[in-house]
Amino acid sequence: MAQHTETDFYQTDDIPKPQTKAIWRTFIILVGLTALEFIFAFSMDAGTARNAIFIILTIFKAFYIVAEFMHLKHETKSLIWSIVIPLALVIWLMVALLAEGSYYYESITNYFK
Amino acid sequence: MSTSTTLEAPNTGTWDGGNEPMKASYGKLMMWFFLLSDAFTFGAFLIVYGLARHAHTPYTGEAEAFTFSTEWWPIPEKVFNAFPGFHGVDLPLAFVALMTMILILSSVTMVLAVEAGHRMDKKDVEKWLLWTILFGATFLGCQAWEWTHFIVGTDEGMLLADGTRVYGANMTVNQYGPPLFADLFFFITGFHGFHVTIGWVLLVIAFISTVNGVYHKRGHYEMVEKIGLYWHFVDLVWVFVFTFFYLI
Repeated sequence: MAQHTETDFYQTDDIPKPQTKAIWRTFIILVGLTALEFIFAFSMDAGTARNAIFIILTIFKAFYIVAEFMHLKHETKSLIWSIVIPLALVIWLMVALLAEGSYYYESITNYFK
Repeated sequence: MSTSTTLEAPNTGTWDGGNEPMKASYGKLMMWFFLLSDAFTFGAFLIVYGLARHAHTPYTGEAEAFTFSTEWWPIPEKVFNAFPGFHGVDLPLAFVALMTMILILSSVTMVLAVEAGHRMDKKDVEKWLLWTILFGATFLGCQAWEWTHFIVGTDEGMLLADGTRVYGANMTVNQYGPPLFADLFFFITGFHGFHVTIGWVLLVIAFISTVNGVYHKRGHYEMVEKIGLYWHFVDLVWVFVFTFFYLI
């Protein structure tokens, strides 16, 4: 019986009700954080303090996307750490190279003058 | 006789494929590690952006008095202030705000498709995948417009020391600031757009398979889940690109 019957293509079992409350809650948090970023972008002067706020809000957004949307929060501990530890090392690299960029800038602007 | 017993006995040992490391299926685990490697690539791009930015003179004057110059790194709200249909109107970051909203919405519809897949609800998976495909295409269209505007440039352009004007941007010269600014814009948003395009193609394939009942007959919608992981990652990268390229 290689032929398909009609029932193959239609839902026959009972489908449980959608559980979407957590999804929409995460959505509202993400939109709220983005709106907050825009408020800071237009009400605050550029500088280290504003950049720090942006980075903190971005990390919060990243947390909600990875933990809830990508479901990482509900995986096993070993999987969570396998993903988080390498990324923490990337942040270290980032800080190191930003310092390097500042040093390079200081050198070319001050040394040759 | 002996063959049938081997076939029927499930593999349960640690090293003969009987268990799932980290309680995640092979495909999902590999997708996670691929995304981790991809995060390194994007991390490298953003780190280079930060390094280049710190190695250039920052603009220190008033934001109102800002003019494009190769002397200093441009401030983003003066570069990204155009909106389709509002020619010459200064709308700082409005268009990128819209793009961000579209991508976050597409992430929500994607996770709703994954949720519907857990419930084996074929109709709902189709519906949410279709919304995700729609938002994904809209985002790509927005990015195409953004690139076109960036490449063509503004009416004024940038006045050079020898009296000539530069309009728009290419890999060697641009009206917004140092050459590296446009180079990094093309590389970072381009690489992200490339990822969105691939994700979009995967979504279309998943949609066609769902409509044909492939996953329903298979008994699970894990493929939608794996593509979902990739799609959320693309959204995640945009969150970082948005902060480091458009806000800071």
